[in-house]
Amino acid sequence: MSSVETRPATKPADYTSDVKPIWCPGCGDYHVLMSFTRAFAQLGLPPEKIVVVSGIGCSSRIPAYTNCYGFHGVHGRSLAIAAGLKVTRPDLTVVVASGDGDGYSIGGNHFLHACRRNIDMTYVVMDNRVYGMTKGQPSPTTEPDFDTALSPGGTGLNPFHPLVIALASGANFVARAFSGEPKETAGIIVEAIRHPGFSFVEILSPCVTFRPDEREWKNLVHPAPVTATSEPAKAARRIMTDDGFNIGILYRGARRPYQARTEDQNIDLADLEKDFEL
Amino acid sequence: MAGSPSISIAVLGSGGAGALTTGNSLLETASAAGWHGLYTRTLGPQIRGGEAAGLLRLAVHPVECLPDQFDLLIGIDWLNAHRFGAEIKIGPQTLVISDPQGGEPPPMVTETGARVVEVPMKDLAKTIPEGRPNMIALGIASRLLGFSTEQVFAAVKNRLADKGPAAIEASLTGIKLGFSAAAAIDFDKRLATPRANSNRRWLLSGNEATALGAIRGGIRFAAAYPITPATEILEWLAPNLPKVGGALLQAEDELAAINMIIGSSFGGTPALTATSGPGLSLMIEALGLATSAEIPIVVVDVMRAGPSTGIPTKSEQADLNIAVYGLHGDAPHLALAPQSVGDCMFTTQWATYLAESLQTPAIILSDQFMGQSRAAIERPADITFIGARTVAADIAGAYKRYATAGNGVSPMAIPGLRGGQYTAEGLTHSERGTPTSGAADHLAQLDKRRDKLEHFNFGDHWASIEGTGDFAVITWGSLTGAAREATGRAAADGLDTRLVAPRLLAPAQPQQMAAALEGAKRILVVEQTHGGQFHKYLRAHYDLPASVRVLNRPGPLPITAGEIHRAITEWR
Amino acid sequence: MSKTPSERPVTSVADLLALAYQIETDAVQRYSELTEQMETHNNQDLVKLFRDLARAEGAHAEEIRKMAGDIDLTAHAERLARWKKGGSPEEADLGAAHYLMTPWHALQLALTGEKQALAFFTSILDTANDAKIKKMAAEFVEEEAEHVNLVYRLLRKYPKPSDAWSEDDDPPAPQD
Repeated sequence: MSSVETRPATKPADYTSDVKPIWCPGCGDYHVLMSFTRAFAQLGLPPEKIVVVSGIGCSSRIPAYTNCYGFHGVHGRSLAIAAGLKVTRPDLTVVVASGDGDGYSIGGNHFLHACRRNIDMTYVVMDNRVYGMTKGQPSPTTEPDFDTALSPGGTGLNPFHPLVIALASGANFVARAFSGEPKETAGIIVEAIRHPGFSFVEILSPCVTFRPDEREWKNLVHPAPVTATSEPAKAARRIMTDDGFNIGILYRGARRPYQARTEDQNIDLADLEKDFEL
Repeated sequence: MAGSPSISIAVLGSGGAGALTTGNSLLETASAAGWHGLYTRTLGPQIRGGEAAGLLRLAVHPVECLPDQFDLLIGIDWLNAHRFGAEIKIGPQTLVISDPQGGEPPPMVTETGARVVEVPMKDLAKTIPEGRPNMIALGIASRLLGFSTEQVFAAVKNRLADKGPAAIEASLTGIKLGFSAAAAIDFDKRLATPRANSNRRWLLSGNEATALGAIRGGIRFAAAYPITPATEILEWLAPNLPKVGGALLQAEDELAAINMIIGSSFGGTPALTATSGPGLSLMIEALGLATSAEIPIVVVDVMRAGPSTGIPTKSEQADLNIAVYGLHGDAPHLALAPQSVGDCMFTTQWATYLAESLQTPAIILSDQFMGQSRAAIERPADITFIGARTVAADIAGAYKRYATAGNGVSPMAIPGLRGGQYTAEGLTHSERGTPTSGAADHLAQLDKRRDKLEHFNFGDHWASIEGTGDFAVITWGSLTGAAREATGRAAADGLDTRLVAPRLLAPAQPQQMAAALEGAKRILVVEQTHGGQFHKYLRAHYDLPASVRVLNRPGPLPITAGEIHRAITEWR
Repeated sequence: MSKTPSERPVTSVADLLALAYQIETDAVQRYSELTEQMETHNNQDLVKLFRDLARAEGAHAEEIRKMAGDIDLTAHAERLARWKKGGSPEEADLGAAHYLMTPWHALQLALTGEKQALAFFTSILDTANDAKIKKMAAEFVEEEAEHVNLVYRLLRKYPKPSDAWSEDDDPPAPQD
């Protein structure tokens, strides 16, 4: 768990910048931003000690809308940027923000290895089951029969199951939230940040422009019928019967977070040359 | 008899013969005795048991290129040795040691008039328990070069330290047998005695020198994805970075590696990765990100023959274009190239300093020849360039990460500094860092990033400029040594020739180049590419006199001093 | 480890001939493969040895083909049940190859193969009911026993190498 310097009575507004989001009104990401700032306020972390790292896509615009340090990187590589940052600055709280395209498609490989590496950070993916920024192509979590210009009649492909992948790859904390419940989502984010190692939170966040059908999600989501488990096998069995709308923390593991190999003998640089001396 | 200026030995063998160990042991023996040397190896395509040759050049003075011709060639066996015909040039002056049981000597031996002496190395090895022919060969070579058994023993004992007394005993006996076998062989080339001097000396590869230069320049984080021929840089950094409080992280691919070092640098820790051509291609997008977001990083490209997968184990200089021009958009950044094994250390240290000072990526174009050759060199002088990042402190009011006032380098807030919060951006941004599509902002930031490079005083390190005369050779990278030797020979014949070898490839230095070429009437451009990339780069950025010739050839064979010398004299 | 074909036992002389032929041709294929590997990896001693072994197995195969007369042995073998586990009894284990292997190692490989073939034909001899099959199986048993002895005789020429047989001073060469 990152060391937290708490300050009294922080409010979500302390974590919000004055930059106006470009998101469409009705977008789930507005609620996610609220959840972020609410979570940061709950944790009482100084904004200058939080870094929000993102890739490319609507969800990835979020860093500039917070008052923390931010990194708006290139498509799909936010987890790699975050890894280099957290290993060298373990004192910072690192939150990675992504979407289903950025995170599960081009970012897919980095997702597997981030879970496996288990560096202490929190990965939040705003899943709207579509590529919103580029005007509505299917993403790895889109339903097989969803008709788009790029895939007329639907892709016919099974959607990716991110929670299964996260669990199988070694993530230490796995949860699903719904943007339409910002208070509950903030609570899950707080737990995710507090939990050591790699924490993964998938947030169902409807796209009002390209997936107006997702308005229905507020009627489909429901609290998960079971409480979080710390046993991977149990979590795996539960996830097999997941309908995609279970909300809550699925798994809280006990894997030790990644430890960079440091010796810090603080040796003289001249000692490094000894290997070469004749 | 007078000592020779340099002496060159090639040792060949296959199927686990251990020819490379012989070559390395000779290098270690010679360098411990005070010689300078350059050692490289060339291999067949197998991972184990392939045909292999160790190529060694020894001299009293620093050696930066291989010879035009070898003086001594030892064939432990000749299986598939014809593969090395183009690379291992021998002639009537060459002594060849051949094992009658080693198979048919290839045409390079039988058709060049070289003198062949047979020594039954395999049979001699069989007389020793666990005897190996490569130790017989080592004994022969050492005796012919004028070393003592003690000198060779010392080197071999060091090398075999963890193999146990039986192996060491067998090796020493083998070396002694080789010495005896060579006693009757006539070899009139002898090394001149090295001048005793108090300078400390090193034995290391270009890749090791690169890694040491990185740490000396302030690098404390490396992301690693292995690729031939760069992996040794990362392997040296892995245990040594933690010793100085740093860390290395293995990445899942080059896309991750480049982004990891950007993340590290954003957090305030200078960072580096090392790769080759295919990896650099993958990193191009993120290099643009670092350029736009003004985040210093160092990327070493140990060039190999391309394009695409190319020849992973051979050198070439054809990544110049991608290093200088590869980024989409207008994205000026730093590109540098070391000129020798020892210069890998200086150039990496300097590049780190420049990247940090200018808040931009530095691409270092090393190559397989320098990276994987070992050289015995004088210990390089200590240089005090250490990363000098302009860091924001005490922020009052709204922080402008990308403020355009001044020389173009704007103070960078490191996460943790209260009031310095900003979001680093690949999107075109305002001074504050917020995304913008406005013309004025875009132009202002493009100007800023160009001007910070153009206003910087790079000093004399930007190029090696030597010699006088109206004839100039312009080259770069690992060819600098061969060109230096060639211009030296020309000058000795009374043909004054200049050598200009830029170490800084980007940004271009028009004023400095004009001064370097002042009065030059004829230019010979030398480069190891098929498409003449360096020639075109020179024409794009610099004024050249009317008379220009280009000596270019792609890998895998290096361009020798003899070839360059011939090109100079033919043009006179 | 004795290898036996699955379920369907040998029900005719043609079956037996077909299986025996397959054993020999599989061995030829493996030894030829090893010959090429040793050639590429500059192990000249083993090139000759494996080439000789391939030739010897090829001669055995030819004898069986002559015995079979008009029977299309290859097609017949394909109709038979497959071997229970992996390859046929006399097939050399490619996993046991090493670029520095010595003749002793190669002959150990051959010995294993011949012993497995001997065990296979012995089990046919023990379990067959048909007199003609039994007679032929007995002939093959005698033949394979002779091969085993031959390998033992060859092994006498090559002492077991020391523990350092696989030592290579030079490191592996990354090619990519």
